[in-house]
Amino acid sequence: MAELQQKESGDKKGKKKGRKKMSTRIDLTPMVDLGFLLVTFFMLTTTFSKPQTMEINMPVKPKEEVTEEEQNAVKASKALTLIIDGENKIYWYQGIPGTDNVPVLTNFSADGIRKILVEKNSTVQEMVVLIKPTDEANYKNVVDILDEMNISDIKRYALVDITPLDLELIKNL
Amino acid sequence: MPKVKVPRKSTLIDMTAMCDVAFLLLTFFMLTTQFKSDESVIVDTPSSISEIKLPDTDILNITISADGKVFFNIDNKNFSRERLLSKISEKYPELQFTPEEEKAFVLTGSVGVPLNQLKGYLALEEMERKAYQQPGIPVDSTNNELGIWIMQGRLSNPNVRITIKGDQFCPWPVVKKVMNTLQDKNVNKFNLITDLEADPNKLKGI
Repeated sequence: MAELQQKESGDKKGKKKGRKKMSTRIDLTPMVDLGFLLVTFFMLTTTFSKPQTMEINMPVKPKEEVTEEEQNAVKASKALTLIIDGENKIYWYQGIPGTDNVPVLTNFSADGIRKILVEKNSTVQEMVVLIKPTDEANYKNVVDILDEMNISDIKRYALVDITPLDLELIKNL
Repeated sequence: MPKVKVPRKSTLIDMTAMCDVAFLLLTFFMLTTQFKSDESVIVDTPSSISEIKLPDTDILNITISADGKVFFNIDNKNFSRERLLSKISEKYPELQFTPEEEKAFVLTGSVGVPLNQLKGYLALEEMERKAYQQPGIPVDSTNNELGIWIMQGRLSNPNVRITIKGDQFCPWPVVKKVMNTLQDKNVNKFNLITDLEADPNKLKGI
């Protein structure tokens, strides 16, 4: 596939002596081949950019056993509990569950939990969100909820183990 | 009758421009990407709006696959992998490693075998090791080997930052066990590896 030499111009009458003028054009096809081969190689073996991370701080485990009262020091009226269940279901209730505080089912969409969080965050002063994933929940759901905390700019939240009481509450819903 | 002469056109195209494009793309890919790490499992991480980038070194990674298997990985900055292995043999005198096994441990990616199978795993050929289905590190409360790995990993590189890379669909109880193990070892600050997702608050501003 070599490039044709440039046509010798016209006739051979003006035969100059000395060096022949060589064409400076080089066939670049192999170089293009090489270039694209390397591009393909890099495209297949590398990944784009570094992975993102989300920092999470867990509370320090208490050295001694703390009593139940001390542990539940969060004021009931300021607590918002989110129960993450399997099948992308999420329940929320405010304060201590009772007759007027029944867990409500919602979803992970922008109109679901985010709306509630933003609304509660603006109305309740110093709100604390308790995130309680059940054993059916998957990792994505929990990360999504932690992410919702960042989105709605909620500073105080905690990952809490689910209690039998909470399980009982959502069982009949 | 005079023949109509069709001028023969050369089929050659000037390749210079194409060459330019090829090398432009090549430069772009070389500068913006990095090599895929050698992972033993494929993990599809959930996404979040967090934009914190992960450093390249001083990482202790705990990978949780979709079926709940736990893998351990630490980067080899300042030979922390060699040190980690020797620390493990110190703690478990019955586990002594040959130089070949040590080398295999340094070169291998994440580890997901119980300690008593580690020697056998490292003795495998490189290709066999890649094909081997690792059972995952036990994290049960009775036999929590992940705790040992974390402890020794931190001892072999004190500046290490602990990350959890979980699959979207891995069950929460496994993650909870891993987090509890970390808290038992007094690690209360760790990073979750996620993909990037658009921040809805910023999108509103556009």
